[in-house]
Amino acid sequence: MLQSTEVLREKRPMRIITPTVQVRSPEPTTSQVETRPCIVTSKLSAYFGETAAIRDISMSVPQQAVTAIIGPSGCGKSTLLRCLNRMHETVPRTRVEGSVQILGSEIYGEGTSPIAIRRHVGMVFQRPTPFPTMSIRANVAAGLRVDSKSHADRGATSEIVEEALQRAGLWAEVKDQLDESAMALSGGQQQRLCIARALATRPRVILLDEPTASLDPLNAQKVEELVYDLRKTVTVVIVTHNMQQAARVSDRTAFLLMGELVEFASTRELFTAPKDPRTESYITGRFG
Amino acid sequence: MTSLPVDWLENDRRKLRVDASAYGDKIYEALTAACALAIPALVIAIAVAIFAAAWPAFAKLGFSIVTTSDWDVRAGHFGAAPAIFGTLVSSTVALIIATPLAIGVAIFLSEFAPLWLRQPIGFLVDLLAAIPSVVYGLWGIFVLIPLLREHVMPFLRDTLHLGATPFFSGPAYGPSMLAAGVILAIMALPYISSVSREVLMAVPRSQREAALALGATRWEMIRDAVIPYARSGIIGGIMLGLGRALGETMAVTMVIGNRPEISASLLAPGYTMASLIANEFSEATSDLHLSALMAVGAVLFIITLIVNAVARWLVWSVGRRRTQ
Repeated sequence: MLQSTEVLREKRPMRIITPTVQVRSPEPTTSQVETRPCIVTSKLSAYFGETAAIRDISMSVPQQAVTAIIGPSGCGKSTLLRCLNRMHETVPRTRVEGSVQILGSEIYGEGTSPIAIRRHVGMVFQRPTPFPTMSIRANVAAGLRVDSKSHADRGATSEIVEEALQRAGLWAEVKDQLDESAMALSGGQQQRLCIARALATRPRVILLDEPTASLDPLNAQKVEELVYDLRKTVTVVIVTHNMQQAARVSDRTAFLLMGELVEFASTRELFTAPKDPRTESYITGRFG
Repeated sequence: MTSLPVDWLENDRRKLRVDASAYGDKIYEALTAACALAIPALVIAIAVAIFAAAWPAFAKLGFSIVTTSDWDVRAGHFGAAPAIFGTLVSSTVALIIATPLAIGVAIFLSEFAPLWLRQPIGFLVDLLAAIPSVVYGLWGIFVLIPLLREHVMPFLRDTLHLGATPFFSGPAYGPSMLAAGVILAIMALPYISSVSREVLMAVPRSQREAALALGATRWEMIRDAVIPYARSGIIGGIMLGLGRALGETMAVTMVIGNRPEISASLLAPGYTMASLIANEFSEATSDLHLSALMAVGAVLFIITLIVNAVARWLVWSVGRRRTQ
């Protein structure tokens, strides 16, 4: 997989496109829809022990749009994603350098609680992670801090649960079995349940870490359509190893290679006219 | 290419002695089956022997063995109710003390302790299970009982005014149901805590991350994601500890006071089935006495069997809810 650099370096002089123009963000948005930035990272580096998984990443993610992060396995795309809701630091012996601003607030600022950040920045993982002892309803409500026993709250909670399940496209399938175990659902339904659970807290940003990697094509398609629709209401960042998926669902795409941001542009531009030869090699299937 | 002779398989089989190795498989299968069947056979043999030996007492005394509380060998009265009561109460007290402690230790070791501290503390807790019960008994007599008598019992009874309730009333002799409960708690603790620690550590990282990503604090993550996931295993650990407490003989005999009376007060001495048998079997001369002791053993056997069945059922039903 990562024969990459040597091969690339050898090949580089032979290529027609000269690697002079390095597209580095923040750069002005070239896509048709002008949007304000939602997430701005600058000089973001993340380490496991002494090894840097990502280095000096500066990018600006637009609001209410889908941003895809692509790259070969081990390029640091998941790590980058996990820095955006401070999940990276939950692994022992890790650290983060640089800054991440979400809607103008520095999330790595002094005294900022990662707990508060994670309540506003939802995350969905590669494999569905429903809580197995909880009902479907309790799973969706798991992120809400309310006393489910008091009646006033119960009404509010069931409204929120319904809304989240509607947004995740799961309501019609589960509305008659809300009190059954979440484990009764199929893998694809479980993944949409996890998306509903992340949406229930009404986050401003939702991070998806290869959300379709463990699903069959039909369920993967459902999740993709869902992601496509979500852009109307939230900012979505999706990590995927599936380039077709990135091309289908995202407005902007970032290409990561060995922990570095190689290119970040509108999806159309990145896939049709990549500025960096490494991007071109990757999207044409030369490695990865 | 020439085709193979029709009987090539036959010839090969003879050459390779396939049949001989098939015999080997048969022998191996028979050996392991014999081992596997020997254990249930042993359990059944023990049960049959106990119930056969207990039969004369049951035939003569009926259920008065379990329902009456007068144990007088000379008069021929064998009422073991105080011992049954004592076994159940001392084990319950032990679980009430040991369960929160053991689960606390397990949560600390699996979730909070720095990595370098986990091994040594875990090892020391496990070491509690390696101490012989007679040593616990000695420690109970020389350390625990004086401590309970001088400090803990007066504190519970007078300072906290728990003496007003029947459970902590009466004089503090020292040897008591409370002492037995505390000793049993210490002995059951390593079983509960090491099983709980294992099952807590087996909770997948993805479950923890799912909770953290929802904005859970560390404590909320443990309460809402980790403990529910590990629940059936923790219950299994508690039942293992209960089994240990029910059958424990030596240490309890040394600290419980061995008085066959039913008293609501934990400060009063008591008796257990195991200590009754241990104290009397060597002096049992009459056939009825011996048979009555066997009957007590049979009751203890049935109680532990019920505890195990309940434990199985609990673990199964909790586990079933998860996978459904």
